[in-house]
Amino acid sequence: MTDLVLIIVSAVFVNNVIFSRFLGLCPYFGVSKKLDTAIGMSMAVIFVLTLAGTITYIIQTYLLVPLNIGYLQTIAFILVIASLVQLVEIVMKKVAPMLYRGLGIFLPLITTNCAILGISILSVQFKYDLIETIIFSFGSALGFGLALIIFSSVREALDTREIPKAFVGAPIAMIVAGILAMAFMGFSGMVK
Amino acid sequence: MNVKEKLLKSFFVENPVTGLLLGLCPTLATTTSAENGLGMGLATTFVLVSSNVVISLLRNVIPNRVRIPAFIVVIATFVTIVDMGMQATLYDLHKTLGLFIPLIVVNCIILGRAEAFASKNNLWDSFLDGLFMGLGFTFSLFILGSVREILGTGSWLGMALVPGDWSTILVFVLAPGAFLSLGFILVGMNKIARVIEGGK
Repeated sequence: MTDLVLIIVSAVFVNNVIFSRFLGLCPYFGVSKKLDTAIGMSMAVIFVLTLAGTITYIIQTYLLVPLNIGYLQTIAFILVIASLVQLVEIVMKKVAPMLYRGLGIFLPLITTNCAILGISILSVQFKYDLIETIIFSFGSALGFGLALIIFSSVREALDTREIPKAFVGAPIAMIVAGILAMAFMGFSGMVK
Repeated sequence: MNVKEKLLKSFFVENPVTGLLLGLCPTLATTTSAENGLGMGLATTFVLVSSNVVISLLRNVIPNRVRIPAFIVVIATFVTIVDMGMQATLYDLHKTLGLFIPLIVVNCIILGRAEAFASKNNLWDSFLDGLFMGLGFTFSLFILGSVREILGTGSWLGMALVPGDWSTILVFVLAPGAFLSLGFILVGMNKIARVIEGGK
């Protein structure tokens, strides 16, 4: 049990996907201009990443390893993730149209979110078992959501401030992210 | 458009990193030194050129409706080749870049060029497009890696630039330094662009 708590604390704070692993930066900078969209994106990532982590674990353990075709990992994982996102979109549209209206536009974007593939490959590299993989994927997605929501709140506040012209847009976003990353460095050492 | 003009464009105006803000994950994660940046850039260039060439050759064969999955399979194949090739020949670099080698497959630059250029143009143009875009990407990674290595460790490409007992700004090789360095490089480029436009 302690192990699982440690995995989740480590994934959310210490080895945050954005600030320490550098995964999923495109949506991080892309959809962080408004708090509402940031929350929607975070929810979609939490949902898809947890599901993708679980399914890629099953593919790896029961398909790639027994057949001795580990070298197909990259191709297999990316295809599974791409079709999973499509499937989730179709199912969600039928079963939960309300949820689909909220998260729908973010789903296609998630295929190109490298956090999904990255975390799936990392759980294999860390040799996690099924429960640990699920917890690790969920925790990482939670860390992504936390980083994205903090960042978008800061960016919303920045909109009303006067900043030097050369800093407007991407540069100030980078610098804000840098300062947030420094704050998150304070968590390092909490979990080995 | 002639070749020279296109080369210049892919280095500055349409540079994938500083101009279009694409492929940020490998850009920020692997540029802890100039050498790592260069290695990552060249690995990506190889995949970009190869996938552009193959996709251009297959552009009349691939049905339009399944083109994206088809592109991804082509790209993933070359990424696997690079991954295994580097593991066999450049073991240390492969170990440093780690996860970001398989992640070349989700680099938006590569799928972007496949979709926007290689699927519509002939072999030679697609080859040049991949090469120039890749070199532009490598150039940015090399510059960013150099800045971070010089400020963070006081050396460049492994050569020491300051005496060993000087303290360096370690934060630049850590995660926050990546964001800050790229942020200030973008500020500089904005400033230059504004001066040039103002001069016209």
